[in-house]
Amino acid sequence: MSTLQSRTSTSPRAPATWLTQAWSAVPALLSSVGAVVVALLVGALVIALTGDDAVTAYRALFAGAFGDRRALGETLVAATPLILAGLGFAVAFRAGVFNIGLEGQLVLGALTAGLIGGFGFGMPAMIYLPLALIAAAVAGGIWGAIPGFLKAKTGAHEVITTIMLNYLAFRVSAAAIGADDVFPVDPGSRATERAAEASRLPRLLEGTRLHAGIVLALVAAVILWYLLFCTTFGYRIRAVGLSRGAAAYAGIRWGRTITTAMFVSGLLAGLGGAADALGLQGRYYDVRVGYGFTAIAVGMVGRNHPAGVVLAGLLFGALSSGATRMQNTAGTSREIVQVLQGLVILSVAALVAISHLRLGQSLLGRLPSRRTGERVRSDRTSEAVSEPELESRPNPPAI
Amino acid sequence: MAERSADGPALAVEMRGIIKRFPGVVANAGIDLIVAKGEIHALLGENGAGKSTLMNVLFGIYHPDEGEIRVDGRGTRFTGPRDAVGAGLGMVHQHFMLIPRFTVTENVILGSEGSSTFRLDRQAAERRVADLAEAYGLRVDPHARLGDLPVGMQQRVEILRALYQGSRTLILDEPTALLTPQEVDELYRILQRLREGGGTIIFITHKLREVAAISDRVTVIRRGRTVGTRVTSETTATELAELMVGREVVLRVDRPPATPGEPVLVAEDLVASGIRGEAALRGLSLTLRRGEILGICGVEGNGQAELVEILAGLRKADKGRVILKGQPITNVDPKALRRAGLSYIPEDRHNRGLVLDFSLTENVLLGNADEPPFSHGGRIDGDTTQALTQSLMEQFDVRAPSPATPARALSGGNQQKLIIARELHRQPDALLAVQPTRGLDVGAIEFVHKQLVQERDQGRGVLLISFDLDEILDLSDRILVLFQGRIVGEYLSGHVSRTELGLRMGGRGGDEHAAVAD
Repeated sequence: MSTLQSRTSTSPRAPATWLTQAWSAVPALLSSVGAVVVALLVGALVIALTGDDAVTAYRALFAGAFGDRRALGETLVAATPLILAGLGFAVAFRAGVFNIGLEGQLVLGALTAGLIGGFGFGMPAMIYLPLALIAAAVAGGIWGAIPGFLKAKTGAHEVITTIMLNYLAFRVSAAAIGADDVFPVDPGSRATERAAEASRLPRLLEGTRLHAGIVLALVAAVILWYLLFCTTFGYRIRAVGLSRGAAAYAGIRWGRTITTAMFVSGLLAGLGGAADALGLQGRYYDVRVGYGFTAIAVGMVGRNHPAGVVLAGLLFGALSSGATRMQNTAGTSREIVQVLQGLVILSVAALVAISHLRLGQSLLGRLPSRRTGERVRSDRTSEAVSEPELESRPNPPAI
Repeated sequence: MAERSADGPALAVEMRGIIKRFPGVVANAGIDLIVAKGEIHALLGENGAGKSTLMNVLFGIYHPDEGEIRVDGRGTRFTGPRDAVGAGLGMVHQHFMLIPRFTVTENVILGSEGSSTFRLDRQAAERRVADLAEAYGLRVDPHARLGDLPVGMQQRVEILRALYQGSRTLILDEPTALLTPQEVDELYRILQRLREGGGTIIFITHKLREVAAISDRVTVIRRGRTVGTRVTSETTATELAELMVGREVVLRVDRPPATPGEPVLVAEDLVASGIRGEAALRGLSLTLRRGEILGICGVEGNGQAELVEILAGLRKADKGRVILKGQPITNVDPKALRRAGLSYIPEDRHNRGLVLDFSLTENVLLGNADEPPFSHGGRIDGDTTQALTQSLMEQFDVRAPSPATPARALSGGNQQKLIIARELHRQPDALLAVQPTRGLDVGAIEFVHKQLVQERDQGRGVLLISFDLDEILDLSDRILVLFQGRIVGEYLSGHVSRTELGLRMGGRGGDEHAAVAD
């Protein structure tokens, strides 16, 4: 061991190339871009079929998303909760948990932030804003940790429990908004009281609605990348998600790891909600926007990699901010944007399926019970390195 | 042989010049397999020789890139297993494709329940199943729930299902892997009756013993090619082994005598239950000393899995204790066990020993991630770990492009070398090696065996658990026989015959001299 260590200190190795996963997302992301292009082309066809001019529509969509300062601001504003909640999806997914409960976690985060801001405490922004954000994060985190814990302890499937907890979160939100004798809420407008200025995320750009939430989202992405790929914490999450058996062998506790991952997942979704309440709206409205569901697509299109999630979040944000101008100037129905979103998800999913097929017939090997498939793959690998001359040898005489 | 295939009895299966490529690899590089009607034909080859690929080609799961297949004299081009079944082929997979919650009958008619009607004529089906079972001596209760049956019975259900579907040619993929010796004997009897009834059987195996015991003829394949077909009664085990491996086979590992020292790992009176709550270990005791390889042999399913998991900290013992270097480590978690000086080479490379989608470096972190120099205060030291991986790769001859290569891309032998490198790097006091050469080619097997002997000679205790009796006999200084969760025999290496061990493993034989190990 000591000899090995002395070797290592003289190592000339470049940093972080040791991680397959930290960078392996790059080619995947590039192919995701290709998938998006395909989706836009198919979308053009759909627009043409509805009798509109696709070029005009896309031009308006692009202008509405990036054309000027205001448009850009709107794109970033729309992307903020999507990125945060999309990061939440990614971290849970890396641990092997499919978090459909982002919407509920996001709602509770937004509600918590809205209520705390609505109380109007006499605090400086230095304290008030972090307090509101942390409280929202914790609320979302706890809401995420519950299904993680249930899965760890009882095996209850997260897809069921998170969906149930979504509905529970909606009811909690509705009840809180109605309880104007307890909370600073305005049942008439189905919202919390306007948040105190000191609790709000500051505006970043004059003449736009852009707020500091986007900074929060980008910082969160960087931190999550670091956590996932440079720390033992992230290593445990990724190990558990890729091979529960090998993780157990290494002494990594599955239950604890998925519960923590789900806490982080809910925490990020909660922050996404808080960013929307304290940044964009200035209060929490008890209205379902569905960020938490779109965030699932954002996570998947971004290949559950923080950088990819940021890009996917920007894409979906651009689509939704450009939709209005497309409807107004090109006359194309804004529902087309939902078609586009669907096409993006579909083509990325198709891409994933194709890349699986290209690994030979390894789909067979991926099915756990198909022993035959697995054997074939081991046939392949064991001969891959040792037998380069296989093809060049003549056929043996027939029997 | 050529005469017989050409002019002899009718042929059940003819595969000529089969080539099947996978990206980057040729799994079948020109295989000929000629099986006559009414014979038991063994297909012999090492793991990775291409046996399973060939059978999947025959069964329509894969489409050959080149080559010709004739079944019962008719040229075929199956588009899937359903076509193969229609042509009279039946496959008994190594891991049964059955539904545990269904009854025997329900499993048998699975896949042929009839697509035109919604009604299931259960009684007629049950009658036919019973008739088939009667005809071939496949005794099994048609109403029993499959999950409640022992493995040997479940295999009979698989055979019954193939017969029910009208199979005239039965393909058995390593059918003895999970059976006790008694069940193997019963399987042989069933196969013989099937042959008497005019059935044809293709028996895939890598065990020479089974070829001799059951087959009429044998085709040997090596590295994707047919290297010969022999009449079983006219060949020898040595000839077959050389055909299979491609060179003269060294049967014994070069191994100086052991000098056992003090006990390093002690298990006392371990009691544990298996997955279904059955008693798996019933008071097992053993003592592993420094500087010895202690082999544990036995038929799979006699408590090996539970013993390993308890020693590795992956399962709790109901009773008993485990002591490592004088310290109690019973039911301690894997991390603490590693710190205490235990290393573990698991049986299942793909699901335990490695995270296949991790890089080699990340795999070296497995079980080490929390320890310096791999990490400091929760931050992984990537440079150090990568450099360490690089040096381990050189030291243990792990052939891979770089430490950043995913483990999935490595051959089985190189994957195993990486695991061994990681586990030995810790300089353990005791090493738990479970089926350490399973699925490896001959070169890698020799490497692994050499490493284990080397560890022994450096004063470590090596506990070798294997279902391969030859491996146990080759490597062990002392041999324990595990049967139904107990040690039922202890022998010094060189003082016991295969036959004696085999009988002991089946729970019989020997007089009472074989005392329980201390």
